[in-house]
Amino acid sequence: MIAGLISACEMQQWNNPYPDEESGKNILYSSFAARPKHLDPAQSYSSNEVQFTAQIYEPPLQYHYLKRPYQLEPLAAEWVPVPIYYDAQGNELDEGAEASLVAKAVYEIKIKPGIHYQPHPAFVRTGTQDEEHFLYHDLNNKQLGDIDVLGDFAQTASRELTAADYVYQIKRLAHPKIHSPIFGLMIEYIDGLFDYSKELGKQLEADDKAWIDLRNHELSGVEIIDRYTYRITLKAKYPQFQYWLAMPFFAPIPWEVDRFYTQPGLTKKNITLDWYPVGTGPYMLTVNNPNRQMILERNPNFRGEAYPSEGEPGDKAAGLLVDAGKTMPFIDKVVFSLEKEGIPYWNKFLQGYYDSSGVASDSFDQAVNISGGGDATLTSEMTGRGIDLLTTVATSTYYGGFNMLDPVVGGYSERARLLRRAIAIALDYEEFISIFNNGRGIPGQGPIPPGIFGHEEAINPYVYESVDGRPQRKSIEAARALLAQAGYPDGVDEKSGEPLLLYYDTAAVGPEAKATLDWWRKQFRKLNLQLVIRSTDYNRFQQKMRDGKAQIFSWGWNADYPDPENFLFLLYGPNKKAELNGENAANYINKEFDALFEDMKNLANGPERASVIKEMIDIARKDGPWLWGFHPKVFSLQHAWLKNTKPADVANNTLKYKRVDPVLRDARRAEWNSPILWPLYLIISLLAIVITPAFIAYKKRQRASALSSASPSRSERGAI
Amino acid sequence: MLAYIIRRLLYAIPILIGVNLITFALFFVVNTPDDVARVHLGDKYLNEEAVANWKAARGYDKPLIYNADASGIDKFQETIFFEKSAKLFAFDFGAADDGRDIGYDIRQRMWPSLAIAIPSLIIGLLINITVAMMLAFFRASYIDIAGVIAGVTLMSISSMFYIIGGQYLISKSLHLVPISGYDEGLSAIKFLVLPIIVGLISGIGSGTRWYRTIFLEEINCDYVRTARAKGLFESVVLFKHVLKNAMIPILTGVVVILPSIFMGSLVTESFFGIPGLGSYVIDAIRAQDFAIVRAMVFLGSVLYIIGLILTDISYTLVDPRVRLG
Repeated sequence: MIAGLISACEMQQWNNPYPDEESGKNILYSSFAARPKHLDPAQSYSSNEVQFTAQIYEPPLQYHYLKRPYQLEPLAAEWVPVPIYYDAQGNELDEGAEASLVAKAVYEIKIKPGIHYQPHPAFVRTGTQDEEHFLYHDLNNKQLGDIDVLGDFAQTASRELTAADYVYQIKRLAHPKIHSPIFGLMIEYIDGLFDYSKELGKQLEADDKAWIDLRNHELSGVEIIDRYTYRITLKAKYPQFQYWLAMPFFAPIPWEVDRFYTQPGLTKKNITLDWYPVGTGPYMLTVNNPNRQMILERNPNFRGEAYPSEGEPGDKAAGLLVDAGKTMPFIDKVVFSLEKEGIPYWNKFLQGYYDSSGVASDSFDQAVNISGGGDATLTSEMTGRGIDLLTTVATSTYYGGFNMLDPVVGGYSERARLLRRAIAIALDYEEFISIFNNGRGIPGQGPIPPGIFGHEEAINPYVYESVDGRPQRKSIEAARALLAQAGYPDGVDEKSGEPLLLYYDTAAVGPEAKATLDWWRKQFRKLNLQLVIRSTDYNRFQQKMRDGKAQIFSWGWNADYPDPENFLFLLYGPNKKAELNGENAANYINKEFDALFEDMKNLANGPERASVIKEMIDIARKDGPWLWGFHPKVFSLQHAWLKNTKPADVANNTLKYKRVDPVLRDARRAEWNSPILWPLYLIISLLAIVITPAFIAYKKRQRASALSSASPSRSERGAI
Repeated sequence: MLAYIIRRLLYAIPILIGVNLITFALFFVVNTPDDVARVHLGDKYLNEEAVANWKAARGYDKPLIYNADASGIDKFQETIFFEKSAKLFAFDFGAADDGRDIGYDIRQRMWPSLAIAIPSLIIGLLINITVAMMLAFFRASYIDIAGVIAGVTLMSISSMFYIIGGQYLISKSLHLVPISGYDEGLSAIKFLVLPIIVGLISGIGSGTRWYRTIFLEEINCDYVRTARAKGLFESVVLFKHVLKNAMIPILTGVVVILPSIFMGSLVTESFFGIPGLGSYVIDAIRAQDFAIVRAMVFLGSVLYIIGLILTDISYTLVDPRVRLG
């Protein structure tokens, strides 16, 4: 049956999940595990969304693909804008002006002329020159009857990108119906954004279904200077703002597109900006069926961009500069298939049907060998297939934390500090990384991961000691001594005489979490401390954290942008989670640290900033609100036919740089996937062997007398 | 019969209200409207105002089930429960929490579910009934004993084993079909072969055991003895007389699931990447999208009730003694 069905499909490889006509085409095959929730750049924030939006939308800036540490460079902008600072009297200040003097910071952004949007029905005009209007902006029921997907529109058009489109999008961040995740942050900085939102809210009260033409509502913090220039005014000095200009939140949205998608008839058919993004980038989303497949295809109106000519030392040797100066993008089409489960995903990669893959724990041993020195190499199976391993340390930190509001482990007394230090020593994150992360991680000496300015190479002297120049966790005896100094000798509270009972709050539940939770208990048992696991569901856990009711917890942070401010603000007092709903999950408050943070965030990278950061990290290490955890390493695999891949954790618009060799891919797929038919023949033979005697017995029974059949034996009666 | 059907449909209304109420209570015991908002808005940089705005935009800012501030009937109507439930009875499923039209998505996703469920059901029935009939034919022989042992063995193995084993053997090792995925039209066949085979094999044990039991009960009836006394071949006795009389319990099992087969299979769809309604429900639960969960539970209940009514009607078709009144 299988053979019959499959041969009807006339495939070269029977297990090829893609159409045969794609063979030899310049296509990249990838996957996604969950449906992107938002593709509207004002709303989208998740990593599984940005892998699409970053290829479609073009904010003013981007990160250099090859250089590290990450460097901003112009994308749609002519150059990286330099903010001009003014004091309260309107006098211009110099670049290094103290933040307290700065009353406003002005970013003037000039975009490149000649950039055009992808073809889209929202731009189609009709009528005479005097009475021109948009063909699809007032769709009636008859027109809508023929439309199910965006591709059903007969006509498309484009227009040039203008500064007004960037301004329109910034206004959209304040739209009450859009719920942009960065609105709360941006009202702190963009002048007039909060009031603008209130103004739009009032208009919506009158008619919440009507389209609001944001061009008719002025926002004081954003203005159009000319066709290609716009200006953003911030209420304070905020040097990190330039990083936001490299995110899709600040990409352009033309008013025509907003108008087009606000038609209720289209919303009813799920044709929205959240589903069909419109941009000027190298790719456009031509198929959006996130229940199965999403396809990006080359934007025919893309202006072209040159592949970088310089990178880090070693990039040339790695073949990353072979395409220097060539026009991007190189790939015509990118097919993303929905792959929810790890086993099929991994096997498809091995069969050559995905061009690259992550390495899940289940398949780690099959793919990677870790040497005694901790170096990762590929197994012979992988090297035999020509697979390459790429590793990088993520711009993330996973840490254990103490709630500093807790009366036992929190607070700033010496007793509490010593207790926290003892626990920090006992909690063996090297072991955790080895057991639960297959060695993929670097134990944290501070909050800033490698690759970000201010990363502290020196060991944390409260938890580690230097042995042969390498950090070694202090002994458990040292931890016990600290515990005794804290007033808990052998885990017993001197004051009450009761054993010290601590609580680990977590959203991890079920059998999958058992090993991790047992590990946590085991670490505390080293100090003769009893750890009670308070597991709850995700929502309750988050609530507990917001209420400041947790005691010890695990947390993590992925960088928004490659600046130390984006990690150190996790320990900034005014950013505490309890009451203020900030990102300081430990609710750590140290006035000295906070004052240094205020200075640091406004300094440019350099010796002065490095010195301030070091001071801040020293303070945090001394107080020990965190268990310091680890910075995860990301391992990824790629087939030999995929070129120009360099891990870029912060940069997301990376598809345009990649190149595939479809001829090599086809050859490998054919080699690896020829159907094996002998088991089928074996099964058919076995079935024949089984059926033949059964058939003979059947015929024999048929010939038996009715009488004998009618009187079942005792055993027959019992067979029911 | 029409009066009977109308009566059964009317009985369905309180059942559906009850189901809806229970779904509502279970969902909001675990997730408050604030939790739902936070899941949709994400954790980073989230403030209370954003949560409040999101709830207001989607009607989650109202009291759950009783509005003490309203007057008259509005005490019940100005609530999340009423606003989210009333339209369901007109099969207006409304929008998901991310704004997408649920009815549209259901119409799109029911076809892949059906593409697996219908062949699995039909081929499965044919295989199960045939094998069960053969086992009944060879009752108390070594063939029967071997069949029973094989059936019990197949029943005892987890469906996950069949899925992973099938993917490993047929797709990974033998390279005969794609390991997962889906396509439209005839191209879907290559993706459906494996899930259907896995579904058939995993169901063959319980299916044949069940039908064999039914057939063996029938075999000891008087009419069978009479048929044999007339000198009919055993195969004629079994396939003509026994099968016909065994149809009522078979129909009980089959017709009741007919309407609900398009609800899809949660595990199979997820593992094979089939974009059906089963994975739609799983995704909605993971995303805490109450609007989709509520719509799918309601739809499942309606289909189950329809299935039960169809079963009753089918009795009258296969057994003339049964009259619906």
